Amino acid sequence: MFQNGGSPRRVVVTGMGIACPLGVGVEHVWRRLLAGESGISAIQSFDVSALPAKIAGQVPAGSRAEGKLDINEWIPVKDQKKMDRFIQLAMVAAEEAVEDSGWRPESEEDRCATGVLIGSGIGGLPTIYDASLQVAAGKAKRISPFFIPSALINLASGQVSIRYGFKGPNHSVVTACATGVHALGDAARLIALGDADVMIAGGAEAAVCEIGMAGFCASRALSTAYNDTPTRASRPWDEGRDGFVMGEGAGVLVLEELEHAKRRGAKIYAEVIGYGMSGDAYHITAPSEDGDGAFRAMRNALRSARLAPGDVQYVNAHGTSTPLGDDLELAAVERLWGEDAKRLAMSSTKSAIGHLLGAAGAVEGIFSILAIRDRVAPPTLNLEKPSRESPIDRVALQAQERPIRVALSNSFGFGGTNASIVFRAAP
Amino acid sequence: MSDIAEQVKQIVIEHLGVEESKVTPEASFIDDLGADSLDTVELVMAFEEKFGIEIPDDAAEKITTVKDAIEYIEKQKAA
Repeated sequence: MFQNGGSPRRVVVTGMGIACPLGVGVEHVWRRLLAGESGISAIQSFDVSALPAKIAGQVPAGSRAEGKLDINEWIPVKDQKKMDRFIQLAMVAAEEAVEDSGWRPESEEDRCATGVLIGSGIGGLPTIYDASLQVAAGKAKRISPFFIPSALINLASGQVSIRYGFKGPNHSVVTACATGVHALGDAARLIALGDADVMIAGGAEAAVCEIGMAGFCASRALSTAYNDTPTRASRPWDEGRDGFVMGEGAGVLVLEELEHAKRRGAKIYAEVIGYGMSGDAYHITAPSEDGDGAFRAMRNALRSARLAPGDVQYVNAHGTSTPLGDDLELAAVERLWGEDAKRLAMSSTKSAIGHLLGAAGAVEGIFSILAIRDRVAPPTLNLEKPSRESPIDRVALQAQERPIRVALSNSFGFGGTNASIVFRAAP
Repeated sequence: MSDIAEQVKQIVIEHLGVEESKVTPEASFIDDLGADSLDTVELVMAFEEKFGIEIPDDAAEKITTVKDAIEYIEKQKAA
């Protein structure tokens, strides 16, 4: 990766972990995704009667054995209160990813060559909410001493490093809904540039709480027409779409320098071959009207991968199910791919799990890698009647077997921040 | 064991996640029970809440063992 920058170091993926609305565990989640199942459901953990949006993608509660989350199985009770839920979810995904990779450095040198870069879009919102209530009740002195370290976004990276003794670069990313892709891309660059040999990278989010839901309702971003049929609410490109569905979760990947991975005989899922970014410089929440920011992020990613659009067989779209954003991204992909668009498959897995904000890019990166591994494009659920036709196959309703060797994944965030990452089959 | 001592012990067990047998009167929160400085701040806040007392920072700094806590709280409650 980044060979045009003079670095010969290539970066591969050797471990993956997921906690998302379809469950906990990469293989379990992937099976459910390919089967067309949905993780969107009614919110029951707090009162939503005053909110127009009453549904979300929530990590299912239950035992680890059944692919669900009982946090007591993962984190000692004493430590749970020191971590907002977004950090807890990051710890869960990191544990799976680290175990999967088999990388447990024992020498000081190896520990110092292993870093962590996990981001979040919003961070410890539920924790901030609870502390605010105490202050408002005149109990400012009763706030937990763990309030700040529990809410801070970079503490996901901090906690993971403490648990495993990873002493390399300890970093974080905060770019709203582009966080996950930026985390993967930036971490890959740290390896390519020689700052680390291994990076634990990804995103985590847990903003399905009172003020998280109220805030996104206020910005008129959420779906409100499907409260009674939650699994039908996230419908990218469909004419009945009316906003995104909030989701929570975490995705964590172990990125590793290729020769390092080969020397220790690690299982290699895929190679990170390209990364591109852009800014809209247009509006705080709306994407630029011509989709130019998305176009340039994808073009830059392909340039760094030294590939032509026609070399890519699958795109995991940002595709949040908003009326404006979906078609702008579609138009940008059509413009960049040109004649090759008719050979491309592009789906939005947010149709099954909702929008995981800062975790979206990491979880969807894992889905893109699995699409390469299994040569199958996961479906876009609820795409019953596209709002407009396109030469691109958007994998409506059912997964499709396709000869996927290269996949690109998009994430775009509030503030006009765009990022794309490109994966290729293991070398 | 007094009522206060029993309640202090339960708070320590709950907040530090330690075995009951380790919570002896002489046990030091930091050296024996695995607490860090933030854990002890939280522990003192829990004592304040439970017993309805104020523990000023200079007094809190001197509470380093289970026995210290019990004696301080008993004195406050008796006053």
